[in-house]
Parts: sequence; C-alpha cells; structure tokens
Amino acid sequence: MAKIIRREKLVPNIHLIEIESPEVAVKCRPGQFVILMPDEKGERIPLTVADWDREKGTVTAVFMVVGTSTHKLSLLESGSEIPVFVGPLGKASTIEKFGTVLCAGGCFGIGAIYPIARAMKEAGNKVITLLDVKANYLLYWEDRLRAVSDEFFVSSRDNYYDCKDYIPKVLKQVLKDGRKIDRVVSIGCTYLLYTCAEATRPLGIKTIVSLNPVMVDGTGMCGACRVTIGDKTKFACVDGPDFDGHLVKWEELFSRRKSYFHDEIRSLCYWENKVFP
Amino acid sequence: MTEKNKLSPEVKEKLKAEYNKEWRKELRSAIPVKERMKISRQKMPERNPEERNTDFYEVNQGLDEKTARLEAQRCLDCANPQCVLGCPVGIDIPSFVKNIERGDFGASIRSLKSANSLPAICGRVCPQETQCEAVCTVKKATGVSVAIGNLERFIADYEQTKGKVHIPKIPPSTGKKVAVIGAGPAGLTVAGELAKKGHQVTVFEALHVAGGVLVYGIPEFRLPKRILKAEVEYLQKLGVEVRLNFVVGLTATLEDLKKDGYECFFIGTGAGLPNFLRIPGENLIGIYSANEYLTRVNLMRAFDFPEYDTPVFLGKRAVVFGGGNVAMDSVRTAKRLGADMAAILYRRSRTEMPARVEEVHHAEEEGIEFHFLTNPIRFIGDDQGKVKAVECLKMELGEPDSSGRRRPIPIEGSEFIVDIDLAVVAIGNSPNPLIPQTNPDLKVGKWGNVEVDWNTMATSMKGVYAGGDIIRGGATVILAMGDARVAAAEMDRYLRK
Ligand SMILES: Cc1cc2nc3c(=O)[nH]c(=O)nc-3n(C[C@H](O)[C@H](O)[C@H](O)COP(=O)(O)OP(=O)(O)OC[C@H]3O[C@@H](n4cnc5c(N)ncnc54)[C@H](O)[C@@H]3O)c2cc1C
Ligand code: SF4
Repeated sequence: MAKIIRREKLVPNIHLIEIESPEVAVKCRPGQFVILMPDEKGERIPLTVADWDREKGTVTAVFMVVGTSTHKLSLLESGSEIPVFVGPLGKASTIEKFGTVLCAGGCFGIGAIYPIARAMKEAGNKVITLLDVKANYLLYWEDRLRAVSDEFFVSSRDNYYDCKDYIPKVLKQVLKDGRKIDRVVSIGCTYLLYTCAEATRPLGIKTIVSLNPVMVDGTGMCGACRVTIGDKTKFACVDGPDFDGHLVKWEELFSRRKSYFHDEIRSLCYWENKVFP
Repeated sequence: MTEKNKLSPEVKEKLKAEYNKEWRKELRSAIPVKERMKISRQKMPERNPEERNTDFYEVNQGLDEKTARLEAQRCLDCANPQCVLGCPVGIDIPSFVKNIERGDFGASIRSLKSANSLPAICGRVCPQETQCEAVCTVKKATGVSVAIGNLERFIADYEQTKGKVHIPKIPPSTGKKVAVIGAGPAGLTVAGELAKKGHQVTVFEALHVAGGVLVYGIPEFRLPKRILKAEVEYLQKLGVEVRLNFVVGLTATLEDLKKDGYECFFIGTGAGLPNFLRIPGENLIGIYSANEYLTRVNLMRAFDFPEYDTPVFLGKRAVVFGGGNVAMDSVRTAKRLGADMAAILYRRSRTEMPARVEEVHHAEEEGIEFHFLTNPIRFIGDDQGKVKAVECLKMELGEPDSSGRRRPIPIEGSEFIVDIDLAVVAIGNSPNPLIPQTNPDLKVGKWGNVEVDWNTMATSMKGVYAGGDIIRGGATVILAMGDARVAAAEMDRYLRK
C-alpha cells in the first residue's frame, strides 16, 4: 500500500498526485515513470514522474483523466492508499550540456517535462520551453516552468498566449527566428510528439520523444508496449520511454494506442453506472 | 529423455534406513506384488470438458482419500527405487507413498516436504511422465506407472485443507539479513529454507502479487491461486518479509541493499523476457506475447472485464504459436474466453511438443485444434492495423538438431493463409536482463543467463547466488526449486562463515 499525500485538480481533467514512497523518491530521475493501480481491480497505469521530494520521500505525477482507472484515481483523496505503486521504471532522459534545448510539453506532459527542463537548465543548457494547451485555462505550472526556462512560449488555440497555432507551427517559428537549437525533448500526447518530430526532421535537430504506448507490467515482461524504432522492435518500458523521434514508426504507434478504444468506453460506462447510478 | 539424478551417499543411506523400517516391511508383505500389479491406475477426477472450457475453475478435482490409498498400493516399494532417481530433487517417493498407503498422512507430508517445499504445486505442474513416472518399475512391468504426481498433490492438498500446516520451530535469529530477488518458485523456496535456519529474509518482487510465473502465467484452471497464497502465507509465518512492487535494479540496486545491511543475495528473477517470431506484421493489433496475454487474464483478471479494468481481446479465431506448456495455457485460455476456433500451430510434430502430456490431452478434450509442422511467415492486417490473417508454411522434419529433436525444414511452395483475429506467440522466454544490466560484474552466458557454479549456485559476485529460469532460461518449477535448495544450503554456510 502506498499513501497519497496529495491529490488535486490542476486544471479541468488534469490532476496531480503526490505519493509517499521514500525509495522511489530517492531513485527517480527525469524522464522515468512509475506504475500505480487506483484499487485492486484497476489497471496498472504508467505515469511519468513530474517531481519528487527526496527529503520528504514523495513522488509527484500529473495525469489526465481518460479511462476508468484514471477516473478512479482522480476521485481518491489525500490520505487514502493505493495498492500498487512501483518505480522508477524505464531509462532516465539523457541530461548533458547540449547547448540550447527546447522542451515541448502538452497536457499531462506539461508536468512531466518540468523535471527534464529543470535538469537541462542545471546541466548548463539554455532552455526554451514550449507548452501546448487547447485553451488558456488549461495551463498549469507556468511559474515553475518559467523559473527554469530562458525563453518561454505557450500556444493555445484561443489565442490568449503567444500564438494560436498548434505546437509544430510555433516550433517552426521558433526555429525560423534563427535560433540554433541543439536538441528537442517532447512529452505529451502521441500527436504532439509526432508533430514535434516532423517539424524538426527537415532540420536534422535531434528530437527525443517520450513514448506512452499501452503497457501492462512495465518491467519488460509482456511486450505490450512494443514500438518500432528504425527497423527494430523495442519495449518502451525498458528500452525507453525516450526514443529518437525521427526513428519512430508513428503509424504503428497510433494504431496500437487505439487497440482498446471500445473496451475503454465499455469499461467506463460499466463503472459509471455502478458508481453514479 | 529422463536425466537421472545422482543421489548423495547420505540420501542413499536415508532411503535405505526408511526402507528397512519395520512398518515398511510389514506393509510390503501385506499385499503380494502380483495383486498390487492388478490394481489399475486410479483416474484423476476431471470436470467435463464442455463445462470446463467455458470457465476458469480447476480441471482436475484431486483424488479422494480412498482412491489415493488404493493408488498408493500400486507402488511396489522397490528396494532400489528408480523414481527417486527420476525426480530432479530426489524426493523419497516410496516413503511418502507408503505413508499414504498406511494412512499416516502427517508422516507422508513431512517426508515429502523434507525434499520439496512446494508439493501442492509440483504435484500439479511437474512433467511427471518424463521424470519420476517415466522410470517407475510398475510402468516397466505393466505399462502404466504409479500416479506419483497425483499422490503428491493429494497429500499436499490434504495438509492445506484438512490437516494442520506444520510450522517448524525457528532457531534463534542469526541476525543475518538475506535479500531474495523475485518471488517465483525459486525465490520463495530459498526464502523458506533460510528463514527456517534463523536468517532474516526479505523477498523483493517487482509485481504486485508474489508467485512469479505461477501467478501471472499458469492459469487458475491448472493451478488455483489459493494454493500459492497459502504458500506465501506460510512463508510469512516463518518470518519472511515479502516486499511487493519493488524492482531490484531500479527501486534499489544490489549495492543499495548491501548498504542496508543485506549480506547475502539470491537472484531468482526468472525468464520474463518474451521471445517474438520476428516476422512481418508482428506488431499488429491482436497479436500478443503469451506473457502479455496470460498476465492480462490471470494477474489482471481480464476474464472478468469490465468488473476489472484491464481488457483483453476476445478472439473468435485464435491461434497460438508454440508447443510447450505456455502455448497450451494460452490456447485453452482463448477457448475459455469464447473462441470458436482455438488452435495450436507448431512447427515440429506432436512427438517433439515439450508440453506436459496431460495438458495436451486436456486441450484436445476441450476442443483445441492442433496443426503440426506449420510455421508462420507473416501476419496480414486490415486497414485499422488489426491482424486478420497469418500466412504459414508447411514443414517437414529433417536431421536432429542440437536439442536432439528433428529440425523442421520448410516445404517450398506450401504457403497457405489462415484467417484469424487473435494470435498469441508462445515460443519461449529469455532470462530477465534487468539485474545483469545493472550489475556489470555479474557474469552472464550467451543467452543472457546468469552463470553459476552448478554445485553451489554461486555467481561470479561474492555472496550472490542464483537459480531457476534466470540461470536456465525457461525451465520447470521443480528445477527452479531444486536450484533454490542447493543455493539455500550454500548461502547458509556462507552466512555462518
Ligand atoms: C504459462 C507458463 C506455464 C508453465 N507451465 C509449467 C508447468 O506446467 N510445469 C513446470 O514445471 N513449469 C512450467 N512453467 C515454467 C515454470 O513456471 C518456470 O520454470 C518457473 O516458474 C521458474 O521459476 P523462477 O522462480 O525461476 O522464476 P519466475 O517464476 O519467473 O519468477 C521470477 C519472479 O521475479 C520477479 N522479478 C524479475 N525481475 C525482478 C527484479 N529486478 N526485482 C524484483 N523482482 C523481479 C518477477 O516478477 C517474477 O515474479 C510454465 C511457465 C509459463 C510461463
Ligand atoms: S516433484 Fe515432480 S518429479 Fe519429483 S516426484 Fe514430485 S512429481 Fe515427480
């Protein structure tokens, strides 16, 4: 059992969860993930770590409510316990002094990109942060991210922030402005990752994407999360989750991510009927 | 096929002593050999195939007391018992069987457990027909061996359900901390053995349930989870601490654990890395590794979706590639989840199938199709990226390969297509790479298996031992347990030095 120290809504549909786990807090590094189960009947949900407090012994993740298990998670209160919390899993992001690093994040990835941006900054990079939200009220952690960024952009479809376009256009704009960018790191929904990778492909800028395929065990045992990188099959949970975005076979990833679409809806209807009759 | 065991002089001595006990002599002479050989092998009561292939309850129902004692009478109590040599851990089979015959079930279980820590499991899943039962004298004489596995299961179940599970007296604590990595049969056995010696044992397990393959792989219809649960509770009563959700190498490394005061380690992390076919289309939707398929169903309980949140594809036309126990478990699971066609596609012939004979037999009864000498060459998907067919080649058998089995060779021009909506790849697993990856000093072989000194199970790292599938690749429960007992004895010696 792991104790939830804090669970709060950050913006509509996106929640923060802080879990007590001294071991994981000590070990986790940017880009790694944890797996948790909201209750005994839930799925094993992988979440990228968004922060940790080694002294307090806690780990924070940000999640978007999508299926039944994330719904259940979003209803848990501070102080309650969850049966499964394991990590840190996967390989940590490569943090070095690259020069200028652009960190792109969207939805839950705004939280997840934070420790990477912070570490990139600490490693002596110039950090450009680029966040993508559908509407201005969906932005969170602006202060935290600004604090570790040299430049900071937000694209929101309501034209409230810097620009209205979807992230790749902003990215292209940033690149066009003549900035020399040495590396792009991106976390968020698969579409965001894909568009970032496509935007930088012609320019040959190394673009690291944090993939989030369907997973079950998260320790390399099942292969649910297999993705094609170049011409090789890799397991995102142990070989990743970070991969070179220019080598990912996106079409396959998009289709595999949708594998359980109908089951997810069925599961959600079933659970809603039970919990909110 | 059977590899005979070499018994140590002490074990031989003990066998003799038991054999010469007064009650054994009396029992032997109570029924003449001829009469014993007339008794036919007692049938294991099984649930009817049409009923059982729609649910997940256990197929075999277990012998009752009367039939078990009758079956035990078939054993001739040989002066030179071959079965003991056939058992990889050298159980004193005549002793436990003869105690069943005379009705002293307590003595029977004690004798059994002195060599096998997990009899309720081995009695169900051991490939007895190639081990103890293969060399049984009654088999040589009549063609049908004593049902050693069924008797083992009977007596173990008797203890768990009717008898009292005997908790041995634990000697005073030695104050030594031992870390066991992996809660499969190997790890659990080491933990039990060392706890009984007074050491302070912690088992670290990556998943959220202890048991290894026995919980995530082998289905309920063959090995009910309650049996494992009882074993783990027993260990906890012995003082073993089980830490779930703890991935050694990631949550903490061996070095970290050393700093925490652990002095001796056992790696029992198994062969959890699934092998794939490496043919085109293998990443289409609807194609699972057996590990994923069985984990979804057994560990995450997808058979009870949507009550449980984890889904699994319910194929109507399911094929499983492979011929071992894992393949049988997968295909029978697919049938139970409603497949109209559930078929095994195996590239060799029936005789080379490594699965337990009983499982193949049960599968056939349940309506599983078998297609031998068939090898897949590519999967074909629809416009949604879902698998809709597999193209296969017919094979023929050539010369024997390094495993002694005849090598399958493709027949040119024999391609054919099978329409499917679910495929499970059950062609074996490789050793789990995590611990070797995080410990460069640990010597591994060319298959990624941790290398050990086979007499002691010591690895190349001081104080670190290993056993089970991590050193053998996918093997068996009994071999994992055997390794574990050797390792535990050595670890005890090491800790007392
Ligand atoms: C479907 C299936 C059916 C089978 N049927 C039979 C049968 O009928 N008869 C038979 O004899 N054998 C059978 N086997 C084989 C048998 O189950 C294995 O040989 C046996 O379980 C090996 O035991 P083990 O303890 O070495 O490893 P495992 O049972 O694999 O256990 C290893 C454990 O270690 C954990 N682990 C791995 N890495 C770490 C880490 N870094 N930190 C913490 N924990 C970790 C894993 O999660 C797992 O729980 C079958 C196997 C499968 C998959
Ligand atoms: S442990 Fe396995 S091989 Fe040994 S006697 Fe029992 S069933 Fe036979």
